[in-house]
Amino acid sequence: MPRPPLASWGQLPAVPAAHERWLSDRAAPLPAVAGSVLAYGNGRSYGDVGLNSGATLLHTRGMDRFIAFDEATGVLTCEAGVLLAEILDVFVPRGWFLPVTPGTRFVTVGGAIANDVHSKNHHRAGSFGGHVRRFELLRSDGSRRVCAPGENAEWFAATIGGLGLTGLITWVELSLKPISGVGITVASTRFTGLDEFFAVNTEAEARHEYTVAWIDCLAPTVRGIFMAGDHSAGQGQAAAARKALNFPLTPPFSLVNGLTLRAFNQAYYNRPVPAMSVVHYAPFFYPLDGILHWNRLYGRQGFYQYQFVLPMAARAALADVLRSISTSGQGSFLAVLKTFGDLSSPGLLSFPMPGVTLALDFPNRGAPTRALFDRLDAIVGEAGGRLYPAKDARMSGEFFRRSYPRLNEFLPFVDAKFSSDFARRVLL
Amino acid sequence: MQKILIIGATSAIAEATARLWAARGDALFLVGRRADRLQAIAADLCVRGAASVGCHTMDACDGAAHAAMFEAAHSALGGLDVAFIAHGTLPDQKACEASVEQTLREIDSNGLSVIVLATRLANTFEKQGHGSLAVISSVAGERGRQSNYVYGAAKGLVSLFLQGLRNRLAKRGVHVLTIKPGFVDTPMTAEFSKGALWAKPETIARGIVHAIDRRRDEVYLPGFWWLIMALIRHIPERVFKRLSL
Repeated sequence: MPRPPLASWGQLPAVPAAHERWLSDRAAPLPAVAGSVLAYGNGRSYGDVGLNSGATLLHTRGMDRFIAFDEATGVLTCEAGVLLAEILDVFVPRGWFLPVTPGTRFVTVGGAIANDVHSKNHHRAGSFGGHVRRFELLRSDGSRRVCAPGENAEWFAATIGGLGLTGLITWVELSLKPISGVGITVASTRFTGLDEFFAVNTEAEARHEYTVAWIDCLAPTVRGIFMAGDHSAGQGQAAAARKALNFPLTPPFSLVNGLTLRAFNQAYYNRPVPAMSVVHYAPFFYPLDGILHWNRLYGRQGFYQYQFVLPMAARAALADVLRSISTSGQGSFLAVLKTFGDLSSPGLLSFPMPGVTLALDFPNRGAPTRALFDRLDAIVGEAGGRLYPAKDARMSGEFFRRSYPRLNEFLPFVDAKFSSDFARRVLL
Repeated sequence: MQKILIIGATSAIAEATARLWAARGDALFLVGRRADRLQAIAADLCVRGAASVGCHTMDACDGAAHAAMFEAAHSALGGLDVAFIAHGTLPDQKACEASVEQTLREIDSNGLSVIVLATRLANTFEKQGHGSLAVISSVAGERGRQSNYVYGAAKGLVSLFLQGLRNRLAKRGVHVLTIKPGFVDTPMTAEFSKGALWAKPETIARGIVHAIDRRRDEVYLPGFWWLIMALIRHIPERVFKRLSL
C-alpha cells in the first residue's frame, strides 16, 4: 500500500515526492538517491518551499535529540529535527524561552532557520537566524561545515533563510532567553483605521516586547484589536493543560466563505477584550496550535496564505492592498498585522525588512484567487515590498528575483543536489 | 530516583521510554550495539534531566559478553530497580523460510537472547527481593501467522517464559511485565502505509512507564490490541489456517 502523499500546510494540490527517506542519525551520510533531495521537517510551510515533486524528501523529524545545554548561559545544542514545541516542553519549566518563535510551535529548528522565521518581538529581537550561534551543514559532496557568524560566515548567511537549498542542517546551537514565568501579560486595544493602528503600534513598541494586531479586513473601515505582551511571573490560566482539539477530516468544500467569515470577524472583534490580562504563553503565541489540523477547515482545494512586507516609507500601499481584497469579495479569516524593526538578519534571503507585514488566509477558489494575488503583487512590488517564501505557492519568479536583491550572492551556495518546487518555480 | 538498565536502548520504543524516565530524573544505563548511537542518545537524555546516563556497547546475542555488561551496569548505577529489555529485529519472513541459519538467528535475537538476559536479571532481582523486569514481547507471539511466524515464535517463547518467571518471582516481591505492542511507527517500519492501527513510539512509551509504575503483569499497547488478539486467538484453527494474515 502506498503512503498518502505529503502535502504542505496549505494542502494545495501538488505532485507528490517520488521517494521519501527517514533520517535519524546526524552523523550518517546523505542517502544515495537519483535526482534531487530536500529536507522535510514537520510540514508547516504553507506553500511549496517544503515540497519536491517527483524527487526525494528527506524526513528530518527522526533527528530529534538534544546534544548539550548550558544552564548558565541558556545555549542549547540540538539536532535539526527537534520541534520548537519540544524545546519549550523541556526548557520553559527551567526558566528559558525561545528568543524568537513563529505562530506555531510545531516547526523544526532546521525549518525555522531555513525560513528565517520571525515573531511578535521582531522590533526587539529580529528574526530567528539572529539567535543561531552555529550549525552544521552537510552537503551532497559529503562535506560538513560548521557555520557561524565568524566561521564559514558566507555559508551561514546563505543557509539562514536559504529555504533548504544549501544542503542539510544536521545540528544547531542557539541561545535561549531567560523568562520569569510561563505567563504573558497582555494589553489589548481596539482600533479603527490604519492611522490609529500605527499610532498605537509606535507607542506599544517602545514599551512592550511583543506586539501584533488582528484586523477585520471585511469591515468597511479597517478595524482590529492590537495586542501587546510581555513575559510575566504570573501563571496565566492553565490553558496549555487543555488537550488540543483535532479537526478530524477534510470537508469537501471550504467552511470558510463570505458568510462564516463575516460572522466570525464580527464576533471576534466584539468579543469582550479585557484591557489587561495574564495568559499562558501557549494561547498568546500559538492560538491555532490548540486545534490540530485546522488547515482542513478550508476543504479539499486547500488554501493560500498571502504574507507580504512593505517598507515603512511605502506603508500607504497597505490601504490599497486592503481595498483590493475588499473589492474582490474574497476575505480572510485571520489577518495579522505587525511591524518589523530595523534589526537585520544575517540571512541573504531573509524575508523581514523594516516595515509593516500583513498575513492573510484565502480559500483556494482557483483562478479568481490567483488573479487577486496578481493584483496584490503589483501593489506590493510597486511599493518595494516582497512576499514570504514560507507562505507562498504562486508568486512569479520575476517578482521573487526582483524583490530579493541579494539573490545573486545566494545562488553560488545552492547545492546542485538540493531542490524544491519553490526553487524550480522562482529561481530559474 | 530509579536505577534503570535498558537493553536495546537505540530502538525507537526504548529511546522514547528513556526520555520519559530522564524527565523524571532517573539514573539510566544504556546497552546497545552501536557506540555512536548510544552516545547521541545519552547526551539527549542528560539534557532532558536524567540523574546520570551510562553506556555500554554489546550485542545481546553474544551471551559471553553479558557478565561484563551486568558488572558495568551495577558499578555505574549502584543497584537496579528496573531492567527493560527492548532489543529485537524485524525478520524477513520469506528469507527465513529459505534459510535455517537465518531462522535460528532471528529466534536467537528475538527470543533466546532475551531469555538468557532475563534469567540472570531474575536471579539478581530475586536475591535483592525487589525490582521490575519489563520485556518487550509482541502481539505476534499470540498466534502463528504465515506472514511472520518466525518472529511470532520467538516472541511467543518470550511471553511464555515471562509468564513462568512472574509466577516464580511474585512470591519474592519482584515484578515481571510482559509488553505486547501492536504496529508501531518506527524507522523499522517507515516504508509501510500507516492505518488507524499504527501507534507512535511515544504512545507505547507512555504505556510502558505507566505499566511499570502500576506493576501490571501484562499490557497490550495501545490497549485495543487486547480485543483484537482475543478475537484472533479464538478463531478455530481449521478456519484460521485458510486465512491470509
